[in-house]
Amino acid sequence: MTPSSPPASEIAADEIAAIIKAHLDIDGPLLPILHALQAAFGHVPPSAHASLAQALNITRAELHGVISFYHDFRAAPAGRQVLKICRAEACQAVGSTALAARTLGRLGLDWHGTTANGALTVEPVYCLGLCACGPAVMIGDRVVGRVDDARMDALLAEAGA
Amino acid sequence: MSGCMTLWVPMDSAAKALGADDVVAAIAAEAAQRGVAVTIRRNGTRGMIWLEPLVEMEIDGIRHGFGPMTPADVPTLFDDAARHPLALGPVDDLDWMRRQTRLTFARCGVIEPLLLADYQAHGGLLGLKRALEMTGAEVVAEITASGLRGRGGAGFPTGVKWQTVHDAPGTCKYIVCNADEGDSGTFADRMIMEGDPFSLVEGMAIAGLGVGAAKGFVYLRSEYPDAIRVMREAVRIARAEGLLGDSVLGSDRAFDIDIRVGAGAYVCGEETSLLNSLEGKRGVVRAKPPLPALAGLFGRPTVVNNVISLATVPVILERGAQHYADFGLGRSRGTVTLQIAGNVKRGGLFETAFGISLGAVVDDLAGGTASGRPVKAVQVGGPLGAYMPREKFDTALGYEEFDAVGGLVGHAGIVVFDDSADMLAMARFAMEFCAVESCGKCTPCRIGAVRGVETIDRIAGGDDAAIPLLTDLCETMKDGSLCALGGFTPYPVMSALTHFPEDFQRRHEAAE
Repeated sequence: MTPSSPPASEIAADEIAAIIKAHLDIDGPLLPILHALQAAFGHVPPSAHASLAQALNITRAELHGVISFYHDFRAAPAGRQVLKICRAEACQAVGSTALAARTLGRLGLDWHGTTANGALTVEPVYCLGLCACGPAVMIGDRVVGRVDDARMDALLAEAGA
Repeated sequence: MSGCMTLWVPMDSAAKALGADDVVAAIAAEAAQRGVAVTIRRNGTRGMIWLEPLVEMEIDGIRHGFGPMTPADVPTLFDDAARHPLALGPVDDLDWMRRQTRLTFARCGVIEPLLLADYQAHGGLLGLKRALEMTGAEVVAEITASGLRGRGGAGFPTGVKWQTVHDAPGTCKYIVCNADEGDSGTFADRMIMEGDPFSLVEGMAIAGLGVGAAKGFVYLRSEYPDAIRVMREAVRIARAEGLLGDSVLGSDRAFDIDIRVGAGAYVCGEETSLLNSLEGKRGVVRAKPPLPALAGLFGRPTVVNNVISLATVPVILERGAQHYADFGLGRSRGTVTLQIAGNVKRGGLFETAFGISLGAVVDDLAGGTASGRPVKAVQVGGPLGAYMPREKFDTALGYEEFDAVGGLVGHAGIVVFDDSADMLAMARFAMEFCAVESCGKCTPCRIGAVRGVETIDRIAGGDDAAIPLLTDLCETMKDGSLCALGGFTPYPVMSALTHFPEDFQRRHEAAE
């Protein structure tokens, strides 16, 4: 559990209800609700499942099927920051495979792992649309291009990883 | 330098990824220190990514370029700009710009993306105004006559798709913009959404008028936070200015747009998966028929078009179908927005008429590799596109021309690899990617991709017998998959095996 995300027990049911209610008038509300829940709590809290399934008149199994289908949705909060390293072909052509291996090795992590101090989660991403200035990474919402080892070390230090 | 100085610094995410915001901060600090009044305007990118951050200074009404800029290069910009070491001269006169035919991207990098007045001053809304004076059938006929084909990769004639939706019974129809640009090596959608978002808004509104739809959705991938912000703001402005809403530009026609964000599933770039995702379901592929044009979003007739297809619609309506159709080659009419990426000296976006050869793109435009090593392979059309060896470099960029040599143009992403690339590893990655991103609905893709990785690992371990097995597996995936993910993954795999057999053989010898 990280300081930026409240523990599950503290997630207020009324806050979850308000997020669900705010989206019920739109067509196809499920993905927007899941994004809103994750934006608010850093993950899609399992405690929201029952009320969400009921509000949309779908089964909890269907809901689980949707949440688990998409790479973006988390069942538990990530580290304080999420570093996404592009693994796609254009970045591979300029050395992203070695960059990723070195970064994961330095942090002692595998993909999707979080540093012991909770500072950083490292994830693969398949294309950030920065294919002419790779290797590309995204930390939070900030994109960084032409990342070499020194640049990566600076990003990791900034993130406190 | 006295009076008011106007500088342009792109807010495109590629420019930001290379430090554009730091350059802006440095300009503001230097101006404050010198007591010079500076107006900093944020444009999209011109597409010359190797020159980003590309700062432009207005001198006598002409925009002069300086790049690639770092904060350290800023102070001298305030001295004699013409003698700045990074001075490039007038941006429009640069070779890269002069050689292009910019129709879809005419405004990108030129205007402030979210300034509707700027958009209109550069020809914006003329297409929509013309469409408002036409019947839906006439709008559709115009698009058909232009020869525009789906720029997302499939190359399906846009006019035929619109005609089907136009003719479909019912009053509730939808325009869905596929902005789930997940293919590696492609960034044209992102560039236009960040650099000229109103062209997409206008294109969707024209599509709505054409087929009789009052509602549009943009399904935009979550990996593009900057594009999401710009598009949401563009829609908000468009509503406030009467471009969207119950009365489009004061007419009796209604059209509105919702921006929806994807959730990291590559397969949702496939149109039926995308529709399921928009409906709030798992993004699994639907069997066709029924066509989305007849039973698409929420079972209603739906136009699903790529960003570039829709953003090209305004210029077709503005200048007429014939003007657009006059460019191109064979059945590939108009312009192709090449995205030059990977290991290249000059990467970026280059819009030109169909027909340019692959070799001209790689050797001439891109200037070869950034590493200075020989080019080994070029992947055209994203992760599902074939790896082309130098022997195929005389192939002309055109849908049929690429098909004839076992490749595909796709979204026109061109990724260059130097001779350090290990093609067996690239083939393995293609299978691994397919396994990660498969929606799981059809067996050839779901299981074939996993077996593909295992089979390539056997080849890597020196097992010769696994090579025909891989070929056989690829045939099964190609013929038996429901959509392009499983169906086209064999393209990169088989092209790597066919054109670079030594990379598969070398392992064999090493094992002996």
